[in-house]
Amino acid sequence: MAAALLRRGGRALQGFWRSQHSKTEPKPEALSGFNFELTEQQKKFQDTARKFAREEIMPVAAEYDRTGEYPVPLIKRAWELGLMNVHIPESCGGLGLGSFDACLITEELAYGCTGLQTAIEGNSLGQMPVIIAGNEQQRKKYLGRMTEQPLMCAYCVTEPGAGSDVAGLQTRAEKKGNEYVINGQKMWITNGGKANWYFLLARTDSDPKAPASKAFTGFIVEADTPGVQIGRKEINMGQRCSDTRGIVFENVIVPKENVLLGEGAGFKIAMGAFDRTRPLVAAGAVGLAQRALDEATKYALERKTFGRHLVEHQAVSFLLAEMAMKVELARMAYQRAAWEVDMGRRNTYHASIAKAFSGDIANQVASDAVQIFGGSGFNSEYPVEKLMRDAKIYQIYEGTAQIQRLIIAREHIGKYKK
Amino acid sequence: MAELRALVGVKRVIDYAVKIRVKPDKTGVVTDGVKHSMNPFCEIAVEEAVRLKEKKLVKEVIAVSCGPKQCQETLRTALAMGADRGIHVEVPESEAERLGPLQVSRVLTALAQKEKAGLVLLGKQAIDDDCNQTGQMTAAMLDWPQGTFASKLTLEGDKVTVEREIDGGLETIRLKLPAVVTADLRLNEPRYATLPNIMRRTTRQPGRWEATNPSLHRPPSVVLQPLPVQVYHCTYS
Repeated sequence: MAAALLRRGGRALQGFWRSQHSKTEPKPEALSGFNFELTEQQKKFQDTARKFAREEIMPVAAEYDRTGEYPVPLIKRAWELGLMNVHIPESCGGLGLGSFDACLITEELAYGCTGLQTAIEGNSLGQMPVIIAGNEQQRKKYLGRMTEQPLMCAYCVTEPGAGSDVAGLQTRAEKKGNEYVINGQKMWITNGGKANWYFLLARTDSDPKAPASKAFTGFIVEADTPGVQIGRKEINMGQRCSDTRGIVFENVIVPKENVLLGEGAGFKIAMGAFDRTRPLVAAGAVGLAQRALDEATKYALERKTFGRHLVEHQAVSFLLAEMAMKVELARMAYQRAAWEVDMGRRNTYHASIAKAFSGDIANQVASDAVQIFGGSGFNSEYPVEKLMRDAKIYQIYEGTAQIQRLIIAREHIGKYKK
Repeated sequence: MAELRALVGVKRVIDYAVKIRVKPDKTGVVTDGVKHSMNPFCEIAVEEAVRLKEKKLVKEVIAVSCGPKQCQETLRTALAMGADRGIHVEVPESEAERLGPLQVSRVLTALAQKEKAGLVLLGKQAIDDDCNQTGQMTAAMLDWPQGTFASKLTLEGDKVTVEREIDGGLETIRLKLPAVVTADLRLNEPRYATLPNIMRRTTRQPGRWEATNPSLHRPPSVVLQPLPVQVYHCTYS
């Protein structure tokens, strides 16, 4: 009956309405106004990353967490699928993806295991200074090799005595002829023991009054340079399969060709790298939070108490609702931050908001997920305790929650000052 | 390198993981806004064709899809998996619901002859209608031998050995090319589309772009993205 009406009444109208409301059609890239639609290519990227995470990462994540073993097979596989090193420009054999596309992939990988995602992220962070500030030779040499083999690299800035206070770095680099001699100690370096090369920030201006923006220099250091002493693998609370180490640099000689931009430019490069990678870290936190939400919801639909499923109890459903709110908002925050930097704009304000918010909610959501699981949540046979342990670092690395607040306050108040 | 061309049919269906809902007027299922993807058996067929190409037993893999404009997404997935060219036989959305195995096999027959394909690879059935007819009908129309429910495929010269999963167990048959083979679940494990392949197939490859019109019922549509995809228009009775 309805079909007959359609045939009679309005093929034309039907066609018109279909074109207005066709949701399954891929829309062209929106150039005006807000748009929450992904392009077809982005959806395909997301699909590949999602499939990899669900089918290959998730079954083995718990075991890697238990043993702390570096997930070499997974990293190789991610490299083969093109999920690693996505920021490397096409001229060096990479995909040259922007932050937004990279964030989509990161969120999917983090859903599977944030330990693996951090290991892969360590690459992006280490490469970013070279991508934004490297000259042609440096890029071809150090980025090119990453696309030829599944190699890792690391970002060496933090020290035992200086984390947030980057200006307080003690590692020194003294110029001697055509070389620099580096002495110092770095700590909490992701991929420290697996990296092929490091981006290193060291102080080149020995004048203690020199401003941070001029006192530091960025170097590319090959990991097998004599004098590089790699410490033991640190046993952490969460993301245990990621390789975190202290590294000592004792009279490490670096040729001047490996200086990024020039002496004194290091601080700006190091911070510039963060603007690109902060949205990615936020995306990782959102991936973890989404996983926690999914696991908790599935459990709440199965488990019964007092004669009803958990979801039918308002206390639990309200908890899930709040978790959902946080995840959705955090997602939009990182998407905005990534989009801003891809548009070529300074995204510090949005990136800090995204990272601060995502880190906080990831912890809250993971903790709530454990709560919903009840006694089982506390137990290692269930997936959520790992999520809670993994989540904590998101409030710490790549700028602590407190540093983010300092940045946000500065940016926000700066808008109001004349 | 062999001169063999493989024609692979791919169908755009509702994704297997989606919860199907019946339309309120009971005329069908809800498809608007619902996630669609390539039929899993078609993925297996594409994978097999690409593997044969990698073994240098097949020269060119041509993916075909019949349906409305959205089928081009499915074709692009096939291209990202390693197919060389895509052919989209465009059927207007209004008529797409009436498209069934009989019509599709007529199209495949015409294309197999036009493209001089030596091997037609299809999925054994589509997960939306479960017809399990297109492969068999196509073989009959082409008057080619058929190896359906293939769980193993071996190409040797001008013969193809097919191990089939049938009710009684496994049956091995040998067919002389050209032939039609339909893929069953255990034929292979389809690869992922790697990110570089996705990028190459959705943006950069200029590819051959033709819009030809064998049935002359409608002017060809203009599509602006460069793709190695050809579009044919057809109406059918």
